[in-house]
Amino acid sequence: MRSWKVGTALVGAALAALGAAPASAQTEQFIPHLVYRTGPYAPNGIPFANGVADYYNLLNERDGGINGVKIVFEECETAYATDRGVECYERLKNKGNGAPYFMPLSTGITFALMEKGTADKIPIVTMGYGRSETAAGAFFPYVFPIVGTYWTAADIALKYIGQKEGGIEKLKGKKISLVYHDSPYGREPITLLQARAKDYGYTFDALPVTHPGVEQKATWLQIRRNRPDWVLLWGWGVMNSTAIKEAAAVGYPRDKMIGVWWSGAEPDVEPAGEGAKGYNALMLQHGAGQYAVHRDILKYVYDKGKGAGEKDKVGEVLYNRGLVNAMFSIEALRVAQEKFGKGKPINGEQMQWGLEHLNVTAERIRELGFEGMIGPLKLSCQDHEGAQIGRIHQWDGKKWNIISDFIEADRQYIHKMYEETAKKYAAEKGIQPRDCSKVS
Amino acid sequence: MIYREAGTFRTTYRADQAVFPIPQDKAFVLGLVAVAYLVVPFVMTDYFFLAILIPFLILALATLGLNLLVGYCGQISLGAGGFMAVGAYSAYKLVSIVPETNLVVAWLFGGVCAAGVGILFGIPSLRIKGFYLAVATLASQFFLDWMFIRITWWTNYSPSGSATAPPLDIFGWVVDRPVEKYLLALTFAVVFAVIAKNLVRGRLGRSWMATRDMDIAAEIIGIRPMGAKLSAFAISSFVCGVAGALWAFVYLGTWEPLAFDINRSFSILFMVIIGGLGSILGSFLGAAFITLLPIFLNQVPAALGLPLSTAMVSHLEFMIFGALIIFFLIVEPHGLARLWAIGKEKLRMWPFPH
Repeated sequence: MRSWKVGTALVGAALAALGAAPASAQTEQFIPHLVYRTGPYAPNGIPFANGVADYYNLLNERDGGINGVKIVFEECETAYATDRGVECYERLKNKGNGAPYFMPLSTGITFALMEKGTADKIPIVTMGYGRSETAAGAFFPYVFPIVGTYWTAADIALKYIGQKEGGIEKLKGKKISLVYHDSPYGREPITLLQARAKDYGYTFDALPVTHPGVEQKATWLQIRRNRPDWVLLWGWGVMNSTAIKEAAAVGYPRDKMIGVWWSGAEPDVEPAGEGAKGYNALMLQHGAGQYAVHRDILKYVYDKGKGAGEKDKVGEVLYNRGLVNAMFSIEALRVAQEKFGKGKPINGEQMQWGLEHLNVTAERIRELGFEGMIGPLKLSCQDHEGAQIGRIHQWDGKKWNIISDFIEADRQYIHKMYEETAKKYAAEKGIQPRDCSKVS
Repeated sequence: MIYREAGTFRTTYRADQAVFPIPQDKAFVLGLVAVAYLVVPFVMTDYFFLAILIPFLILALATLGLNLLVGYCGQISLGAGGFMAVGAYSAYKLVSIVPETNLVVAWLFGGVCAAGVGILFGIPSLRIKGFYLAVATLASQFFLDWMFIRITWWTNYSPSGSATAPPLDIFGWVVDRPVEKYLLALTFAVVFAVIAKNLVRGRLGRSWMATRDMDIAAEIIGIRPMGAKLSAFAISSFVCGVAGALWAFVYLGTWEPLAFDINRSFSILFMVIIGGLGSILGSFLGAAFITLLPIFLNQVPAALGLPLSTAMVSHLEFMIFGALIIFFLIVEPHGLARLWAIGKEKLRMWPFPH
């Protein structure tokens, strides 16, 4: 009998938990946020999630929301697992007045949400990650890989190698290896690196590392044997620090390693200690450090005890990325408010319009306190990426130092690839691309 | 009192061998199916369909498949995820090569391919048993994982190694609303549950159970171990393959080999063990326990209004879930299905227990 009561209680609580959806007022904007504060990728997931949360809190505390609309955001833990991410999406998509956008921070979850978002008319904003060809906005109206895709990243890395070798034509005969996380995330750049190998004449080698990436001995022994001239690292979470440690163990020069912008934050290098000295990584424009917006965050959020993380972590690389990501999303939401009603909550469909008409100028970036962190961004129906520039920074054992100027990827070349791959996808799914000249 | 056999007289062998010899049982199960078909579609929200009921039904189907092998035939397998992947990818390839194929045909084709692979990897079971067989099936899991990642033909050379299902169009019925997907998954689960229930009551199921209980004795009374074991592998893999195809086409839409990795195999095996080895009902109970409980636990603090951080909620979820698994295995090592059976026994006596 006793177990019965427990059972009834559980079922009752279950129904209560799942059925409860608090009503939201007209002046509140619900924003869902998929995070991972647990699991193997938590060291990287936490600073990003904190950056996003702090930015929303800053807007609420300093400005009273967005044009008077208070932000109500809810985190949902995915642990970087695709099925939990999908569950979180389904749980939160209709909350409040409907979710305006999702930021999954996982390429795997992005793949799973792409079609769901398109069907439900909720934009999936994937800043600096996700599926590269989704930048072709005509084919993917609801996916926004803003500020840079992995193909852009790979092209910037090649250009930088070209600079270091004394001209892009010097890549001929060089050996470049890619050590990658064996998931859609890690496999993304391979297409571009293979295509470019034909143009530039380098030998390309792709070495997979199984999730979560703590076992890489065999990979690095292969590298010791092959001695590639450059190693590109496409890792995430614990895989990054392990790769750097293994490189040190086999004596591969760290200054010949270039990580993608997800392999270039403090949690990636700090565990490797001295071995990480000289390691390079791409920057998604911004790096670490504090700017005008951070002063406001410390003043309005942390001094009031509302900070999401620890005070001394404000300004880390991934924290800043969370800030930038939240900022661009909110700016698009403002654009949508301009069109669909200032001081009103925005739904996914309106947000999509806002994103496609997003134009964050240098002046606006100064106003927002992001000057020096990020450049202007302009999106359109054709182009959901907006910017294709990056820099390289190097770890000196204590901090990241910027060692290159802005490098721009080959826009024409990459856009042609986007179009071709997107067309293949559209043919497979039976999708008609939008005619961007007719979209207002 | 409520639940008794007194008064039900069976006068024919046929009645004695019915699927549900007790009328209350029959009424209960038929009522449950009727509710699932006639009431649930009208009262549940999309969240329930997409995030809870569809994954539960499809994983219950996979658990059912593995239960035939592990629970009824006694062959431990850690390859369920791999067989699901075979089902998903072969259905995908068939649809992409012959786009006119009806999706139900494609899914069943996926099941047939999985059955073939299952037989292949079941061959070692003729020589090795127990833990050693588990290791052999583990090899199949790793091999299949490797194959779907490395051989890009399977994904039509997609750059990221992921496959995307076409729109669900079955006999002109376009399945795109959550409730339609739910009905589709439900139909598959019900049909396969009925097939499985009848299989295990028949000659084949009895030969599996005899092999499970004592293979030498089974051989002496005339059961061919090869036939019994390989048919168990084939049918189990077939069901897993269909479940995998549904998981990919109906639930995920776009998927990567990671959706069918070793963790999937483990979780399905746990569903079988928690639910009850050798029980059709147990497959459903186990799938419900493993898939739904974490989601439920994750939402309890918010529903109760507890101001806990996201990370804390997630850690609590892990701890309580783990503790509950241990609790249930201590209270009833034979699984939730056994608890259900004990409950029925008690109801039979109530209100006058011995």
